[in-house]
Amino acid sequence: MSVGQTDFTAALLDPAREVPEGLTNPDGQPATKRFDVYRNNVASSLLDALRTGFPVLRKLLGDEFFDAMGGIYLRAHPPATPMLMFFGQEMPTCLAGFAPVAHLPYLPDVARLELALRDSYHAADATPADCSAMATMSADQLLALRLTLAPSLKVICSAHPVVGIWRANMIEGAPAPTAQPEDALIIRPEFDPVIERLPAGGAAFVLALMAGQTLGNAVEAAEAQFTNFNLTPVLQMLLHTGAITEVLNEG
Amino acid sequence: MLDAQPKRFDRLPNRPGVGYKPQHFADIMQDAGPVEWFEIHAENYMGQGGRPLAQLRYLAERYAISVHGVGLSIGGEAPLDQDHLDRLKHLVGWLQPARFSEHLAWSTHDTHFLNDLLPLPYTNATLTRVCDHIDQVQNVLGREMMLENPSTYLAFAESTLQETDFLAEVARRSGCGLLLDVNNVFVSATNQNLDARAYIDAFPLAQVGEIHLGGHDEDEDETGAPLLIDSHGKPVVDPVWALYDYTIQRAGARPTLIEWDNDVPDWPELAAEATRAALVLDKVSP
Repeated sequence: MSVGQTDFTAALLDPAREVPEGLTNPDGQPATKRFDVYRNNVASSLLDALRTGFPVLRKLLGDEFFDAMGGIYLRAHPPATPMLMFFGQEMPTCLAGFAPVAHLPYLPDVARLELALRDSYHAADATPADCSAMATMSADQLLALRLTLAPSLKVICSAHPVVGIWRANMIEGAPAPTAQPEDALIIRPEFDPVIERLPAGGAAFVLALMAGQTLGNAVEAAEAQFTNFNLTPVLQMLLHTGAITEVLNEG
Repeated sequence: MLDAQPKRFDRLPNRPGVGYKPQHFADIMQDAGPVEWFEIHAENYMGQGGRPLAQLRYLAERYAISVHGVGLSIGGEAPLDQDHLDRLKHLVGWLQPARFSEHLAWSTHDTHFLNDLLPLPYTNATLTRVCDHIDQVQNVLGREMMLENPSTYLAFAESTLQETDFLAEVARRSGCGLLLDVNNVFVSATNQNLDARAYIDAFPLAQVGEIHLGGHDEDEDETGAPLLIDSHGKPVVDPVWALYDYTIQRAGARPTLIEWDNDVPDWPELAAEATRAALVLDKVSP
């Protein structure tokens, strides 16, 4: 009798299932508790990876609830690759459809923010461009530029105060979050990603730049979202975080 | 991506190494003490950049590196994951490590990575499969790999081969080297009610290119029989040090790694384990 890996895996992920026949202790007897070692290794190591990857979700939900939910998650969505640093990609969708947390509608966006931080941490290195010439350009010249942005730059748009929630849970002494929606810009100046709160229209502006639009078209995209969009603070944010890796003149 | 290749070390010294943990980076830069090489888990360095690759580059410029894969699923029933093999080829091509090793185990099934080293029966069919997978890995990487003996907690009624014979035959057919984990030998021998020294005696020691030492947890099964669990979260226990000494007396000096992956201690405690390995290695010719 041969124990296939399909049966072995099914029993690993479901503690209620019988241990496959043909797995034994040294005396040829059934090996339930021995099989449980593998079950426990799988569940506890994957749960550890979720705990490491979603520290703010864990604080918001409490250890006990997080672990229970993590146990459900890891069985429903085991990692798709051996790169555990990216484990948890379905967490936002999973939380959005999980009835016990329906009263915490901001959780999926917090999960997206935590995933984006990990992506940013492992993103390719990039050297900031010399942007000094931009200071002496006319407005027309400036708006005709296209900018290449660092691979570590991520934008998370939210109807909830995600930046405030993240800071309140991760930074000692940070103020309590406001009730306002917030869009987050994530960027990694050297090794540690930072989170900036984007002003109104800022997310549309940065996303348009990321899509290869000119500064002028990106400003229009931002104004379509927020009439009084102010280019200066967002551009300064990109400049002082070293997010601009290349300045391309139109034509 | 980091494009410049670090300085290359062609071999691991027959001296102590440790599994690299980022929290030890500053200590290592100051004084690595008895530690002469490092091992990394391949999968933790498959991002595109940032601190992990920067630290690895720094280490690789100064020390020989052994890359240890935990995700290839060489014992898996399914074909190897080509994407993962490509990622590994990319990492190994950039880093040019002294050695690469993987496990006699499986960890992926039906696109699900289970993050554990799962056991396989030892039969002619699994022997053929494992050899085919190793051939594929060695062809893709363009280098010889080493295969590590597992910690096992149970047996397969269908097995027809001893683990030592299985590994010896894999090495003979595929030309791969072997990584002998002495703690795994102790754990498996206890769990399978076998004699650990007899296992070492039967092991093809000439093929061993690296040795692992690590800590384990103690439990018992439902019959009250001892059940040891490979946890890499504690110091190496005295009986495993004795088995290591026994092994080195027979095999001669080999690159010896202290594996401590969970509840990672401060650097001095890890370095003390490496010193203990150095004392055993000092007793035989290098």
